[in-house]
Order: sequence, then C-alpha cells, then structure tokens
Amino acid sequence: MYVAVKGGERAIENAHGLLAEDRRGDTEVPELTPDQIREQMKLAVDRVMTEGSLYDRELAALALKQARGDQIEAIFLLRAYRTTLPRFAASRPVDTGAMVVERRVSATFKDLPGGQILGPTFDYTHRLIDHDLAAPHRPRPCAEAAPVDEAMPRVLDLLACEGLIEPADPADPAAPDPPDASGAADREDGQPADITREPPRFPAGRDARLQTLARGDEGFLLALAYSSQRGYGRTHPFAGEIRLGTVPVCIAPEELGFEIEIGEIELTECQMVNQFTGGADRAPCFTRGYGLAFGHGERKAMSMALVDRSLRADAFEETRDAPVQDEEFVLSHCDNVQATGFVEHLKLPHYVDFQSELELLRRLRREHDARNGPDDKAEAAE
Amino acid sequence: MTTPSSTNAGSPTGEDAPRKQWMAVLAKAPAKRVEALATAYLEGVADAVAPRFRVLRRPETGLVMVRGRAGGTGDPFNMGEMTVTRCTVVLERDGAAAVAGHAYIAGRDRAHATLAAKLDALLQTDGHHGPLMAALVEPLAREAEERRAARRRRVGATKVDFFTLVRGED
Repeated sequence: MYVAVKGGERAIENAHGLLAEDRRGDTEVPELTPDQIREQMKLAVDRVMTEGSLYDRELAALALKQARGDQIEAIFLLRAYRTTLPRFAASRPVDTGAMVVERRVSATFKDLPGGQILGPTFDYTHRLIDHDLAAPHRPRPCAEAAPVDEAMPRVLDLLACEGLIEPADPADPAAPDPPDASGAADREDGQPADITREPPRFPAGRDARLQTLARGDEGFLLALAYSSQRGYGRTHPFAGEIRLGTVPVCIAPEELGFEIEIGEIELTECQMVNQFTGGADRAPCFTRGYGLAFGHGERKAMSMALVDRSLRADAFEETRDAPVQDEEFVLSHCDNVQATGFVEHLKLPHYVDFQSELELLRRLRREHDARNGPDDKAEAAE
Repeated sequence: MTTPSSTNAGSPTGEDAPRKQWMAVLAKAPAKRVEALATAYLEGVADAVAPRFRVLRRPETGLVMVRGRAGGTGDPFNMGEMTVTRCTVVLERDGAAAVAGHAYIAGRDRAHATLAAKLDALLQTDGHHGPLMAALVEPLAREAEERRAARRRRVGATKVDFFTLVRGED
C-alpha cells in the first residue's frame, strides 16, 4: 500500500518562524553577536571547531548562535558547511614542538626545562559560582613576569633520550614490533588515510584512528577513557605533557613552488605516558597515547590520548577484552553527527513502517487467540 | 606584458626566504591593519605611477587539511580542516614584465586575500619593495612581535615556582 505523505509545508515554515523568535528570546535583552560568542564563549567555540573538524572561529561562533547553543547542532552546521568548499591543499604536519606555549604542564616531572606554565586554567579554582560575573565586570590587570620561553622541549623527549619510552617514530628500530596497523607508509599514494574521503576499514591504521578520534564526540571519548581508568582495559596512564598554544600552518601551493605560512592556529596537545611494554628481546619501556584538539580542549585531548593508547592493544600484544580496546566499536560510534543523525531520525514520520508492524502484531495475536481460546484475562477482570 | 612572470617556480629556498617572510606577515596580520597601512602607502604614490592590477584568480575560499603527527613527531595524520582564502593578481607594468602576486590567508576574508596578493606583487618590484617593507611589512612584523612579547610576559607570570617556600625559610 502506497501512502502519499504530503502537507505540513505551512506548519514547517511556521515552526521555523517560531524557532527564530525563540532563538532571539526576550527582545528587551540585547541580542548576542557572533563576536561576543567568539570572544566570551571560547571553549564552546573551540569544541565546535574540533568536532566540526573545521578551524574557523567566526563560523563556529555563528553556528553556535544559530543552534541556540546546542553544540552538536552547531557541529553539524560546520560539517555541512565544509562539504561546500573545495580543498586547496594539505598542510605540512604542524610542529607542536615549536608551539608558542600558553600553557604547559606535566604530571610526571616537577622540574623540567621551560617549567610548569599554568596559563589560563580552571585548575585550582574552587568551582564556586562567582556572582560578580552577573554584573558587567572588568577583570583586574594580569600580572607580568619574565616572558615564557620561546619554545619548550617536549617532556617525553626526556624519557626518549634514555630509551625509557617507545619512540614516536615507527621507523625507529626501537618502535613496537608488530607496529601499529598500516599508516601512510603502507599506502600507494604515501599520504595519510583520510576518513572524509574513504570508507572506513578495519583494522584501521593509527592515522585513520587519530583522525576519527580528533573529530570524535568529547563525551563519548571521555566516558571510554574513564572506563579504561576504572579497569576496563587498564593502561596505567600519566599525563606526561599537556600543552596549549599556537603553531603556524604551512602549505606549498603548486603555483608558488615553495612553502608559505597561511596563518596560525591554536592547538591543545596531550602526550600520555602509559605502562610498560617489552619482551625477551626488548628492554621494557613506557608506551604512548596521543591527543590533539583545535583551540583549548584539554579534556578532549586527554580522553583522545587515553583512547588512542587503548586502541594500540595489538602493537603491545595486549588482550582486547574491554570496550575501549574494540576499534570497530569505538571508531564506528564516536562521531556525534553520525550518531545524532541515526538516533534523531527516529522522530521523523515512520507511519508506514509502523502500520506494517501493527498489522503483524494484530495477526500474531489473532493466531495466539485461535490457539489458546478467547482472552481469559478479560474474563478474570470481570 | 600580459604573461605574468613565473620566476618563483622551483627557485631554491634561500632565494624565496624574503618573500616567504612578507607573505607570512601579511597572512598573520589583522586585516584592518594591513588595509590601513596599505591605504596610507598607496595614497602617497603619485597618480602617474599608481599600480594597475588585473585579477587573475578571484578571491576564493576553500579548505586546507591540517596535518599533525602521532606522538608529535611520528607518522602524519589528518587532523581536521581550516578555512583559507586565496587570490592571484597581476601587476601590469609599462615596459617591464607583469608580476604575479599570490595570497593564501587563513579564514574567509576576501578583501584581506585580495589586498595581500596585490602587496605581494608590489613587494616583488624594485620600485616598491624597499618603501613598502618599511611602511608596511616591518611595522606589521613589529606589532606582531610586541603582541607576542606582551602575551609571553603574562603567561610567564603563571609559571610555577616550586622553590618559593624554601626561599622564604632562608
């Protein structure tokens, strides 16, 4: 049976009108501008950029305004926008070692070259509501001191120079063997995997895993990371280094024939140090998990690093028995735009599907009654 | 005259170094500052020698896939994209080869990309290079350095000094 479902256009148009009015809220209250969101809701903007997989502060702020503050809706808007644009180039891999640091802390070494730089952090606040912020508010001038070092050495290099941690470069003879699943080196074009252009395949390379995790839902990755800490696939992690700062982005356009800097982006990087690997022919050493996020996103970068390490179970011949170690499970379900699309599509009309289910159920009940006699519950009720 | 010179292609890194530097400065400077300094500079150029530009590639916004490295130094991976706007202009010159100016600027500001491409062309000419470096590129680089230095001092004040208590006991 074909049921034409038409109509509703006027209702939809009016619903969107109502949405626009509600988005504006009380007109006695001044309207938010994207500039205000960009400057004062920075961490919301950063999350939208990271999971929207598009670095553009103005656009992410506008998306948040349009989405009435709904992060996943804003992320969806950014993802949709990026599909309308051509890709000009891939950048040179950014050098986070040369980052101009805004914050850099290590939980593994107290004294380290460059020092512990707290930067703009919620850490060590008391998490008490600050009622002063309810009124217009001018923060007191920042303290100034000797400038922070131009570039900070990587904390994990302190371990690497003694061979106490696996090398980050898989070409290094001391790297895990068997190594992480295929990366760029194994691919025909020599380029890293791109999950926006190729269907997923399992086992995925670490490159595809990191790309998927980088745009993955913060809440989902946070919960998985937490599960690994609580014992579902324990990796004994330490936050070796968390750094926040800006790096230049460079491309080499064909028409120029040399590399140019197109701007700077802010990144958060997390290097986890995890417990040992080693064997008969290899001295024991620490292992690594890596997280990278656009803007300021420490919770995301830390969660990503923990999940990255858990997914490297094969490289260290660990048993995969926890959800966080299940690559297909983690990578297939961490994208919140995909997830919300499938969950939320349930509210769209399923009238015909449901009618057929209803017909089937009625037939089953008729058959049931024919076998067992009339409904005795109805009689009991009388 | 209509064919832009392509002296840039394949030239060694050293030769391109000054151009890379001014292109980076133009890309990173706030668009409003580039515009203000460029307008001031061009107003000072006599009408007879005012530069004539032809747009070879109109400003266009697209994406650059930003790559990172696993562990910071390992194999590359695709991290996520960023918006970028590019533009190519040609500076027409009487009695001399035309010069192509290019710009790739993070973000979606077409006016910034167009202006940066024009300035890139001018900066390649003997007549404009010196004055434009002095009037525009060097001040912009200086301003960026001042902003960075001020920020580094404020960030530096958040450095943990674990020895404060010990010193207090002396």
